[in-house]
Amino acid sequence: MKAWWGSGEPWVWLAASTVALCLLMVFSLLAFIAVQGLGFFWPAPIMQAMHHTPGTAPTRLVGEIYHQDEVPVSRLTKAWQAPFAAHQEVTRYLIKVGNREHYGLDFRWVLKAHLQDIQYPPTLSVVERLEWGNAYGDIEALQENGVTIAEGEAVWEMLESRLQRTRDLRQQIKQIEKQPLGRIHFQLEKLRLQARKLSLQHRLTPEKIAEFETQRREQEALSQQLHDQLAVLHQAMQRDSLLLREMQGQHIVIPLAKVVQIIQPNRLNGMEKLHYYGLRLWHFVSSDPREANTEGGVFPAIFGTVMMVLIMSIIVTPLGVMAAVYLQEYAKPGFWTQLIRISVNNLAGVPSIVYGVFGLGFFVYLLGGNIDAWFFPEAAPAPVFGTPGILWASLTLALLTLPVVIVATEEGLARIPRSLREGSFALGATQYEVLRYTVLPMATPAMMTGLILAIARAAGEVAPLMLVGVVKLAPSLVLDNNAPFLHLDRKFMHLGFHIYDVGFQSPNVEATRPLVYATAFLLVLVILVLNLTAFWIRARLRERYKSLETM
Amino acid sequence: MSAFTSSPPPVSSEHDANSRKRLWLNNVLGYATRIGGMSVLLAIALIFFYLLYIVFPLLSPVELNKIQQFSLPAPTRGDTLILDLEERALLAARFTRSGEVIYFDPQTGDIRQTQKLLWPDKAQLSTHYFLREKGIAVFGFDNGQALVVQNHYGFHYVDNQPVITPTLTYPLGKSLLNLVQEEALQLIHLHSNEEKTSLATFTKTGRLLLRTYTKNTHFLTDEVELTDSHFELNLESHASIQHMAIDGMQDYLYLADDAGRLYQYSLIDPDNIALLQTHQLDAGTRITQMHMLLGGISLMVGEDNGRISQWFPVRDETDNVMRLQAIRSFHAQSAAITEIIPEQRRKGFLARAADGSVGLYHATAHRVLKVSRLSFQPLHHLALSARADHVLLEDAQGLSLWQIHNPHPEISWSSLWRKVWYESHSQPEYLWQSSSASEDAEPKFSLTPLAVGTLKASFYALLFAVPLAVIGGIYTAHFMAPGLRRLVKPGIELMEALPTVILGFLAGLWMAPLVEKNLPGVFAVLLMVPLGVLLFAWIWHQLPHRLTARVLPEGWHVVLLLPVVALLVWSAFSLSEPLEQGLFAGNMRQWLNSIGVTFDQRNAIVVGVAMGFAIIPSIFSITEDAVMGVPKHLTLGSLALGATPWQTLLRVVILTASPGIFSAIMIGMGRAVGETMIVLMATGNTPIMNFNIFEGMRTLAANIAIEMPESEYNNTHYRVLFLAALVLFVFTFCVNTVTEIVRHRLRKNYSTL
Repeated sequence: MKAWWGSGEPWVWLAASTVALCLLMVFSLLAFIAVQGLGFFWPAPIMQAMHHTPGTAPTRLVGEIYHQDEVPVSRLTKAWQAPFAAHQEVTRYLIKVGNREHYGLDFRWVLKAHLQDIQYPPTLSVVERLEWGNAYGDIEALQENGVTIAEGEAVWEMLESRLQRTRDLRQQIKQIEKQPLGRIHFQLEKLRLQARKLSLQHRLTPEKIAEFETQRREQEALSQQLHDQLAVLHQAMQRDSLLLREMQGQHIVIPLAKVVQIIQPNRLNGMEKLHYYGLRLWHFVSSDPREANTEGGVFPAIFGTVMMVLIMSIIVTPLGVMAAVYLQEYAKPGFWTQLIRISVNNLAGVPSIVYGVFGLGFFVYLLGGNIDAWFFPEAAPAPVFGTPGILWASLTLALLTLPVVIVATEEGLARIPRSLREGSFALGATQYEVLRYTVLPMATPAMMTGLILAIARAAGEVAPLMLVGVVKLAPSLVLDNNAPFLHLDRKFMHLGFHIYDVGFQSPNVEATRPLVYATAFLLVLVILVLNLTAFWIRARLRERYKSLETM
Repeated sequence: MSAFTSSPPPVSSEHDANSRKRLWLNNVLGYATRIGGMSVLLAIALIFFYLLYIVFPLLSPVELNKIQQFSLPAPTRGDTLILDLEERALLAARFTRSGEVIYFDPQTGDIRQTQKLLWPDKAQLSTHYFLREKGIAVFGFDNGQALVVQNHYGFHYVDNQPVITPTLTYPLGKSLLNLVQEEALQLIHLHSNEEKTSLATFTKTGRLLLRTYTKNTHFLTDEVELTDSHFELNLESHASIQHMAIDGMQDYLYLADDAGRLYQYSLIDPDNIALLQTHQLDAGTRITQMHMLLGGISLMVGEDNGRISQWFPVRDETDNVMRLQAIRSFHAQSAAITEIIPEQRRKGFLARAADGSVGLYHATAHRVLKVSRLSFQPLHHLALSARADHVLLEDAQGLSLWQIHNPHPEISWSSLWRKVWYESHSQPEYLWQSSSASEDAEPKFSLTPLAVGTLKASFYALLFAVPLAVIGGIYTAHFMAPGLRRLVKPGIELMEALPTVILGFLAGLWMAPLVEKNLPGVFAVLLMVPLGVLLFAWIWHQLPHRLTARVLPEGWHVVLLLPVVALLVWSAFSLSEPLEQGLFAGNMRQWLNSIGVTFDQRNAIVVGVAMGFAIIPSIFSITEDAVMGVPKHLTLGSLALGATPWQTLLRVVILTASPGIFSAIMIGMGRAVGETMIVLMATGNTPIMNFNIFEGMRTLAANIAIEMPESEYNNTHYRVLFLAALVLFVFTFCVNTVTEIVRHRLRKNYSTL
């Protein structure tokens, strides 16, 4: 024992355990996020039970078991503690009962011991709605203009086609609202700004006023037409409705216009569940958020993240590559080079929030404010570029990720064997030509690595974005079909900020938690894929250069 | 590579157009790349200097400039009693001894309007007082009558030009008030708010009378009805009262006599007006002026030696009575203070002394902003605009208008970093409270709790991360099999890629409740994992060597330990419940509270683990590199001399790599100090001043993230947040630069070894 102790062997084991602990943390965390995030879309069975709390009449409870935990009896309310021993632990369920318009909250904590007669009847339905969250219950009838046209099982035969009809109508309405109507609003605003600009320059003649007026009238007439069309469509959408009997026997009328999807999860087999799983997953990544971000999808957040990262890449790549080339190919070792290296290191080490503060002060207020004063005086007092927006966010993040690109590119450049450069020089190439035709092409994968790492970093960064352009709900996307198509002044949504906002600023934390896990999973997935790609490219690159070295 | 830059580019002997073009392109792109390289330097310098540029005005000196001078308007209408200046310095008023109000343009002195006050026919004016923030003037006469009049400036635009219309109203009725019968009023004072007006007067025969008018608005007819009640105070001494002040709530009456004594009377119970206490100022000093500061809590007392002291009531622990206490004093002027004018939107004030000097002060920041002699003649009157950016001054020459540039008086070294005694607090404190419910609250801009919070968060993060990452890094470099290392290193570096917003979210919403529920388990992990691992190692050692060697090649401990560690952590957590029952009476939280330790759900443990998780990869990676970089011949030499691998590690490897390990820890600290999202989400963000592991904190970075979006461009709060960013920047800059230099030296050392 003593010899073993003295050999240091136990300490080696102890040291190894730290690595084991780190690895465990990383991979269990990733697994945890994946399970939580992906589990959310699986159609959960709907339970029905009699809820019998001491001293009250039993009531029927219908809903999904959302979460289960063990609580000590001492933490329960007085009324519920009665039959249990003080130090006992009891099982508690969090049940999503839905029907928020009736019960105020979607969720209810109940004790397992208080539930009797738990069943999973196949007739129970879950109605995913555009408003008020899910509704649970038995579908009793289908109505057309308030008249029942099908009851019981017959409903299901007619439901799908009618749902499809409402979906089509909704699609049409959305088309009109987004495209022609959106464009008219955009044109009207443009006219107003043009008029204001001319008046500021004292060039607003009566003829011009008349011209603007006619144009405005035209647009408004068009808009009126579209509104009429919309009214007809809305009217048509209101035709069908469902009659649902919720858990306590009340009847709820749900217009199909408000329904996203209806399923009877207890009746589905594995394949069908998989189908709905895929469908829900697709909805999540492709649709807009609803109900103050607590439901629906994250499409605008994905779109915003991608756009911001793209604009950032355009800015950061040339700058980073140039700096790396300078450091590696041009700079002579000395004070300035050392200073630049220290700067690169410091740029990497400066807290991201400081970039946010700098971006807000310098880009938004100073640059943006001056751009507004020079180019958009007609918009005042509303700021155009003098307010946080995607351009400033991209610029700020470009600054933040600059060292990432520099370091990765430099590494790639450093690995290119000297002999290759010497060969080019010997053939009479200028420094530029050596770079252009020999060094840079070989370093392209390294630059790619740098860019990918920069993108991964930018996609996960939230703190500076909160100051320079991210919002919880952006009214319009950065890219649309109104000239100039790319609106760099607009605010945008971002996956990372979406997690913070929905997870911490939402009124109904329990309800949104799975959504946050799903968003987190999406973000982690994107970032891991990016990072692994970068690792892979880098590893391949090293192999290749190794073989070159030996040549 | 740099060797080639100095060599002249090869040029073909013909010097044709093509080679000129090649040369030109080469030069141009060479310069472009240089600019690209310099842009990094530029970026970091730009960030630093821009932050500095925003912060700098906090320290800029106050400027006071004369912009206009003119003679007294309508000098024949009598001497000035009161001088008043409108908010934007667009109109000024002069109340004269003959009972007239002369409104004039403070830029030119042109008379705009004259109004006559309700002046008694026979009586002579004996005293007056002006409540500047409300524009209420009260005049006392030698026949015992008094007049209360309010001066109000209406403001609107006509053709984009601001137009000011002054109005005079009589808030206590349009008649003279009969305070006493045929007795001259020697001193008069008043305070007024929406519901109540208190009027105090001191008569020639030494009687002190108090009158309160309560305003009752009839709830149906909106008719205003005034009910008044009056009291006569029993003065305990017969000294002659020189100055009076009533606080904002009209709860206290402060009196100063001619012997340097200060009295505090409580008016809370009108039927029992009591003297709470008497203060005697330093021997030989006399009180020459007294005025309430904005908010009506602090009393500023000016003395004949030029000293100004701030007093406010502080709760006396023994009998729970608020007693006046001296808080701080300013001694920047050398002659008797003759007038104190508080600013109307900040806790600053202006003081005029008998020698013609005017001082600008800020109370909370304990800052003398400027003292200057504005005139070589005695100053008669002073008026300060509500925005505190213009002063109107009357001396024997006439009137002059001065502009004050004083944007950030509330910031000083002491208000940022030292304890400050704030109004209504029982002792000096470090407080950060940038926004408050009421307009006249003191700004509380102490960065100390935020800095302490930042250090606390990074301390616990390092406490968690350093042992794991440093030991792990050393093990990976020194003992681990190369094949396994190629997998483990990227695996841990993957941690770095995880966005901190996800770590913060998991920490706040998942880990915090988990830790709260299994608190004893968390501490059990600390004990059980190392002991369990040692036990396992011993058992493993006891197994026949032939078997163990076959199962586990050298350097693959980690693989074997993965399930062991997982099992140990799990069992520690399942032991949590019995431990809690056995040691902490079933609830560790309550037990902690009972021994006086506060417990928050989102506490330093959660932050430490989550942020530790975020900084492990950088520390791990750099440590591993440093250990790997130790020249092989050193370790081999040590081993050849008969040292065990463990001895080699301790005596040779760690010693050589220690600068690298040091810089790894520094880098980790730099990251922890600036990390925002994790602290933002995993703590309660309360600015507190302790290192209790069971409580949260608010860090500089989180504070910026929370408050920056709401702060107004270029105001003091905005600039203080920039200062916080600058502090973070400078701190991380120093840490990173030191680290870089250390690593640079290390690399040099390795290469020479």
